[in-house]
Amino acid sequence: MSEFFSGRRETEALTDGEPVTDQLLDQVGEDAERDSQALADQVRRQEAEAAASEQLPVSGARPRSLLGDAWYELRHRPIFWVSSVVIVAVLAIAIFPNAFADVDETSSLTGGCNFDNYLQPPSSQFWFGTDQLGCDVYSLTIFGARPSLAVGLIASLLTVALGSAIGVIAGFYGGWIDAVLSRIVDIFFGLPLLLGGIVVLTAISFPSIWGVVFVLVVLGWVSAARLVRSTTIEAKGQDYVMAARALGASNSRIMWRHVLPNAIGPSIVVAVIGLGVYIGAEATFSYLGLGLQDPDFSWGTMISSAQEVFFQAPWTLLFPAGFLTLTILAFILMGDAVSEALDPKRQK
Amino acid sequence: MAVFESDPVLSESDPVLKVVDLAKDYPITRGILFRKQIGTVSAVDGISFELPRAQTLAIVGESGCGKSTVGRLLVGLERPTRGSVFVDGVDLATLSPKALLAKRRDIQIVLQDPYTSLDPRSTVRKIIGEPFDIHPSALPKGKTKKAMVGELMDRVGLNPEFANRYPHQFSGGQRQRIGIARALALRPKIIIADEPVSALDVSIQAQVMNLLMDLRDDFGLSYVFVSHDLSVVRQIADRVLVMYLGRLAEIGSEPQIFEHSTHPYTQALLSAVPVPDPQHQRERESITLGGDLPSPAAPPSACRFHTRCWKAQEICSIETPLPRQLLGEGHLVACHFAEERSMIGTAAGGGDQAQRREP
Amino acid sequence: MSRAVRKTAGAEGWTGPLLSVEDLNVQFKTRDGLVRAVNGVSFELNAGETIAILGESGSGKSVTAQAVMGILDMPPASIPKGSIRLKGRELVGLSEKDYREIRGTQIAMIFQDALSSLNPVISVGEQIAEMYRLHDGLSRSDAKTAAIDVMQRVRIPAAAQRFGDYPHQFSGGMRQRIMIAMMISQRPQLLIADEPTTALDVTVQAQVMELLAELQRDSDMGLILITHDLGVVADVAQRITVMYAGRTMEQGTVDEIYDQPANPYTIGLLESIPKLAETVERLPAIRGLPPNLLQVPPGCPFHPRCPLAQDVCRRDPRPPLETVSEGHVSSCWFAKEVHARGGLRV
Repeated sequence: MSEFFSGRRETEALTDGEPVTDQLLDQVGEDAERDSQALADQVRRQEAEAAASEQLPVSGARPRSLLGDAWYELRHRPIFWVSSVVIVAVLAIAIFPNAFADVDETSSLTGGCNFDNYLQPPSSQFWFGTDQLGCDVYSLTIFGARPSLAVGLIASLLTVALGSAIGVIAGFYGGWIDAVLSRIVDIFFGLPLLLGGIVVLTAISFPSIWGVVFVLVVLGWVSAARLVRSTTIEAKGQDYVMAARALGASNSRIMWRHVLPNAIGPSIVVAVIGLGVYIGAEATFSYLGLGLQDPDFSWGTMISSAQEVFFQAPWTLLFPAGFLTLTILAFILMGDAVSEALDPKRQK
Repeated sequence: MAVFESDPVLSESDPVLKVVDLAKDYPITRGILFRKQIGTVSAVDGISFELPRAQTLAIVGESGCGKSTVGRLLVGLERPTRGSVFVDGVDLATLSPKALLAKRRDIQIVLQDPYTSLDPRSTVRKIIGEPFDIHPSALPKGKTKKAMVGELMDRVGLNPEFANRYPHQFSGGQRQRIGIARALALRPKIIIADEPVSALDVSIQAQVMNLLMDLRDDFGLSYVFVSHDLSVVRQIADRVLVMYLGRLAEIGSEPQIFEHSTHPYTQALLSAVPVPDPQHQRERESITLGGDLPSPAAPPSACRFHTRCWKAQEICSIETPLPRQLLGEGHLVACHFAEERSMIGTAAGGGDQAQRREP
Repeated sequence: MSRAVRKTAGAEGWTGPLLSVEDLNVQFKTRDGLVRAVNGVSFELNAGETIAILGESGSGKSVTAQAVMGILDMPPASIPKGSIRLKGRELVGLSEKDYREIRGTQIAMIFQDALSSLNPVISVGEQIAEMYRLHDGLSRSDAKTAAIDVMQRVRIPAAAQRFGDYPHQFSGGMRQRIMIAMMISQRPQLLIADEPTTALDVTVQAQVMELLAELQRDSDMGLILITHDLGVVADVAQRITVMYAGRTMEQGTVDEIYDQPANPYTIGLLESIPKLAETVERLPAIRGLPPNLLQVPPGCPFHPRCPLAQDVCRRDPRPPLETVSEGHVSSCWFAKEVHARGGLRV
């Protein structure tokens, strides 16, 4: 052996021990703002790596917590910002309708509606016109946002919670548990949402929005379950799960600490897209007269009652339908953005 | 290292690990709800060895030979179909589940792929600290988990300041150091290293090898080093076990295997290792095996190597050769026609005077 | 074997090198800036010759191969400078249509991972036969005969029976043979093998390398071997280019590079591989990590890891390729001194 590279224990350990970023940063001499700068630098570097098909020694410094990960990706997507603006606006309307309109004008009971104003076209007094009861369509649209959104939010949260729980159990334990659960999923998968909903809602009556929520959850959890089952099976087979097992980790620890965080991503996408879909489904049931019942109302019930007078007064339909479409679109676009942000292929 | 005063057991001459007739069959099943077994894959079949304290036993062989399965059986990731594993003379099969969990602390594993063996959603601190979450009693008194993680990182050559980073922010070699720190955390007596440097670049490979050798010397660790790379094995191993299709082909000390190999398969493996020396490479004897590794689901009869062996006679497909001592003490070979043959030159420059090619 | 007459696209009676790459630069445009993956790489290859491009991950060896093959995604990749000539014909700037004609018929490439390079739902025989139907215009039955023929040439046992088998039914070594069969079916003049044996077991590795060498001898094709494995190269290549961080570090004949390397990086690589024939207390490792291609250190890219580094190494310009002996060049300010030491074995 020549004198080259004779064993030098300290140096090699020290040099290899520092992540490359910092070596580089030190060279460039940007000690100030080190952390934020390092992050930004690394993050941009990631793309470069994907491009240069030979792998670089160190990949980017994006955070790897689930939310941090998604957030980083999302920030760079215009679609995310556009849909966020719409969603925030609709949420604000749903949470604080009083800030946007006066409650009295939506209720014929409190005298807010006036038959004298029967089917007035949009004007400076009635921005969206009035309906056949003489109620202000603008106020109705504002106050209709809450039930519509509430149905979407609650239904998609429950759907994903139920679906993920079942999916994770089926995928993680496998064997006969998986076999039984998967058959149940298959059965539910065969039930058409609309038809099933009509049957259930006709047979049983529920208070307020709960009927629709019930139907959507019972018929909707399967897609989340299927998805989470397959991502769980994938995560379960990873080496880091084996490593945890070799340390003696219990099943529940492995499931909660290692499998779930790595398997849950796609079901978040399902939840966001589901939000839009469920808002639409609520409108559909309400349109069919099976959703919300008087005195509750939503965009769906408004569209339903507008059909009678659509040709005379298209505004009664167009405004709630426009809000509905815009909201659904925003959630679906958001789901797309989130899905790309969480795409495992981008996380090499 | 103050943290890691080794246990005062080194005077014992008993092997730290003893494996007797270890076997693992995997069932091949069909059907979902009602499983029906339609066959078995015998992944490991009757492997026995002893691992002395502070030594390294290497298990070598080609993919599918069962070497990784042996590693997994040893750390308890798989349950053996047959055979016993003794750690410090205690048969693991006789322990209660609780005692077994405690005993398992003594055997830890380092996995091959530094990119997939670390949870991408955990920080380095969480990854290296996880052993202490699972075995709280392993945390030395008066030490915090955080401090221990820092010391471990320092020991494997990582800057403890980076404990809050995620695995993907490190290079392959650094990640492998993280994996080693995690395995070290419980102060094991034995580390199963499953191809720990195969995924690394040449220049990084040597760094990690040196680290493993330092740790062995400093903590009196014993390694079961699973690898397909004979050059790497030669540097680290004290004893070498050559496996073919789940069975032992040859076992012996490092010099016995590398300089006095007697099994045709060992000889073929040695001759196939590419040597970074053109002159030597051209001159040395080469044995090119015909064919592929047979499927472990349908292994050849008797000696499983007979389908690819140039020495095979009729007896090889009829009678299974049992491991026997041919040359030195502790050097066992499972072959009817075992014969010593030098496969590698003594020095890098010397070349090899042996005949050019197998007839 | 029936075979359609092939039109030769190269110049008739060409006597120069089969392939000449001159001052090749490849860069990738990224959000972050320019990644200069290949920086002024030059080499020549004659018919019937094997050269190796050796380097670790990130060295630019695969990008070089992809540039020659014309399979870089442009953009983000671009070739701002340099030339790649196949029998005198310039390939840089060639239209995709013209390139497609060259690929497969004149230049072919095999990859490390044969399984993902083969279509999993089409039988391997069909996939090979398709090459004949596509490029040679053979009929279905003639193509099948030709495919079985070439499968036999790469020594797939019972080729005719296995014609209808799918890629997953073959072992790793057999799949690599199938890839090779597909690639040589068109009798290319140049074959690029990107880590062809890295995924294979040692005993199978030897078979595949032997096969490649034999096919090359028979057909007089030029072979470029892209690899990180100094051992594989030693046996088959005549000349070697050692790359680091997108640059040529050293170039020369196999014997020169291994016996009398003139670059500290090459020496470091050679020394850090564990040797089969000897044991050492500690492996002489190269300290540190390879650089990030976005921020390659100024001067010699290897200087942060080099035990010989002086001030001159730390500043631009980077050391030019200095000739240390006939056909042996090294990019190091101390190339002559390093070379004079006699390299490893003294």
